[in-house]
Amino acid sequence: MDQDHKKLKESPFPCEGLEKVLSFIDSHKDRSSASLVCKDWYDAERWTRSKLFIGNCYSVSPEIVARRFPKIKSVRLKGKPRFSDFNLLPQDWGANVHAWLVMFAKVYPSLEELRLKRMTVSDESLDLLARSFPGFKALSLSSCDGFTDEGLKAIATHCRTLTELDIADSVTVDIGGGWLSCFPEGFASLEILNFASLQCEVSFDALERLVSRCRALRVLKVNESINLEQLQRLLVQVPHLTGLGTGSFMQELTPRQYEGVQSAFSNCKNLQVLSGLWDATSLYLPLVYGACASLTFLNLSEADLRSGELAKFLPHCTSLRRLWVIDTVGDKGLEAVGLSCPLLEELRVFPIDPYDLDNRQGVTEVGFLAVSRGCPNLNYVLYFCRKMTNDAVATIVQNCPDFTHFRLCIMNPGEPDHLTNEPMDEAFGAVSKTCTKLRRLSVSGLLTDMAFEYIGKFAKNLETLSVAFAGSSDRGMQCVLEGCPKLRKLEIRDCLFGNAALLSGLDKYETMRSLWMSACNLTIKGCRLLAKEMPRLNVEVIQDEWSDETHANKVYVYRSLAGPRQDAPPFVLTLGGEDI
Amino acid sequence: MLSHLNLEATELRLGLPGSDDLPSTNKRPSPEDHQTPPAPKAQIVGWPPVKSYRKSTAAAKSAEAESGMYVKVSMDGAPYLRKIDIKLYDGYSHLLTALEDMFKLSIGEYSEREGYKGSEYAPAYEDKDGDLMLVGDVPWEMFMSSCKRLRIMRGADARGLASAQH
Repeated sequence: MDQDHKKLKESPFPCEGLEKVLSFIDSHKDRSSASLVCKDWYDAERWTRSKLFIGNCYSVSPEIVARRFPKIKSVRLKGKPRFSDFNLLPQDWGANVHAWLVMFAKVYPSLEELRLKRMTVSDESLDLLARSFPGFKALSLSSCDGFTDEGLKAIATHCRTLTELDIADSVTVDIGGGWLSCFPEGFASLEILNFASLQCEVSFDALERLVSRCRALRVLKVNESINLEQLQRLLVQVPHLTGLGTGSFMQELTPRQYEGVQSAFSNCKNLQVLSGLWDATSLYLPLVYGACASLTFLNLSEADLRSGELAKFLPHCTSLRRLWVIDTVGDKGLEAVGLSCPLLEELRVFPIDPYDLDNRQGVTEVGFLAVSRGCPNLNYVLYFCRKMTNDAVATIVQNCPDFTHFRLCIMNPGEPDHLTNEPMDEAFGAVSKTCTKLRRLSVSGLLTDMAFEYIGKFAKNLETLSVAFAGSSDRGMQCVLEGCPKLRKLEIRDCLFGNAALLSGLDKYETMRSLWMSACNLTIKGCRLLAKEMPRLNVEVIQDEWSDETHANKVYVYRSLAGPRQDAPPFVLTLGGEDI
Repeated sequence: MLSHLNLEATELRLGLPGSDDLPSTNKRPSPEDHQTPPAPKAQIVGWPPVKSYRKSTAAAKSAEAESGMYVKVSMDGAPYLRKIDIKLYDGYSHLLTALEDMFKLSIGEYSEREGYKGSEYAPAYEDKDGDLMLVGDVPWEMFMSSCKRLRIMRGADARGLASAQH
């Protein structure tokens, strides 16, 4: 052992060589591993890292990042906990990107890409971004908020080398469409443009001129304000698109116009991704058939199709790997999926009527079973339903054992197996046992601690777990914390897990990104105890109308190198161990 | 219900926390209690977990309730849909005149027994239960709250509808 060690010291690996080798490594996880080998490798790695991924913006500070990585060109940054998507986080909670941008402007003037998720981005920040990075190329804002068209105008006006602008599903209620007209006449570098979630009209003239200039455009997702006739004029300019989000299909077309639109679609031979299709009816849906031969991802989550319409559509999409639909297609529609999409890997079924105001049937275990029979390659599912059975789920995972993501949402809280009236424990037991590659799981329905025993015992690759209205005692949460070695994110709402459950994970939380618990049985005292025992965790209690001096209604726990938040609003209580 | 928390809530037992307090969310009106409106369903914040970039759908729905009641209108044989705000009309005759104008057709006289006899088209609507009903059969207020979608049917098809209901 010592002999080998000596040999290594005598002929060290030249660091230029090491840097060259490391420059080929993209994955931040691999780079993290490399950086832990020894000091030389740590240094070589930090000098060669150009892509930064930060899964929780509060786990580290801009200063720490700036000190460690001198040459960053691309940043992916995530902010708020996921439950903020469902209005569980008060306004102004945080995750403001500004401080990060100030640091980037100082330390990374060659920044080219910024991809943000669940962060608050002000117009001032977008303006700073637009003016600070002369070579800036790609901006992607997923589930972000805080900006208006003023900020987007700054981007359009000043980012001369922009290749990508994607505002995905960001909150766009306050955003007008004027920014689209601000791209300068000479600007032609855009390759990806997505403003599908924008609720305002844009100037079609400006859009048409922009598209005609940008010959390298490969992804274009317009919003509902663009009609079919306008879409045709765009498609004629860029038939080579690989990704298309249409506008609204609610338009009266003359037979001549119909032919024109149909021909424009048929000329799109390279389409892999199709979305939009607002208000598509059975009369106009066939317009897109000619573009679907190479389609791998069909997103129908804005088109409330019936089963027959879907059944007619799918045979035109022979290469389909990912499909998103609304549950208006019913079990019958899903049977068509099982018959027509043998290569399917991902299925998402969204509810048309999530709050059950109209008593719609939606989909049940029948549809899910049909898909599992016809699509053995299924590895990702998100399924909203009102009825499910343990047997069906067990059969489904037998048919499709390769699930990596299994997100089942039985929409009525605490709903049992609708045939046997038993808890849904066995369903998730089957998923945990059979799907050895499972990384993400969302559970629902009536669940006792048994479900969590199964998860803790069998789901050895589980990284993300979402739980709501479940469990019978603290033991449930404990089983998961003690059993799942790769757990990174745990989000729990409306369960009766209390302080004992929280504290059973003491050793666990530093190996995880974060823990969210809301409307559970936690007290301030229990949270303080956790904070005291684990000083490198931030234990935050969000105070709202349900909280009082003892009850901690919303608790967010995460590891951090940066210490307690400096920007916490008054309603976020960061617990330190000192004041027990 | 959350303000009644106590340590007994961590006791080992089956069932939801405070399940005694939760209003029943599974009540579906059975054929017998057609007369009584269904119990209002308890809405839980952020549940089910559906994202909406149009602000929360509940907020959007209540905003809609304040501003208008939009329903889609289709006409048999026509390739397009229209959307109208029922709230703008103060009664059936007002609505029907508007539909006649919009679709350039004539609807004709309504009678309880014979529906829209003698006209080429008749207006029908899909109600909350998904049933197809002839427009005019129920009081205007009830129609406004139960109409989900309007459909202008050919007279011949609608006649079947009228006779089925009477």
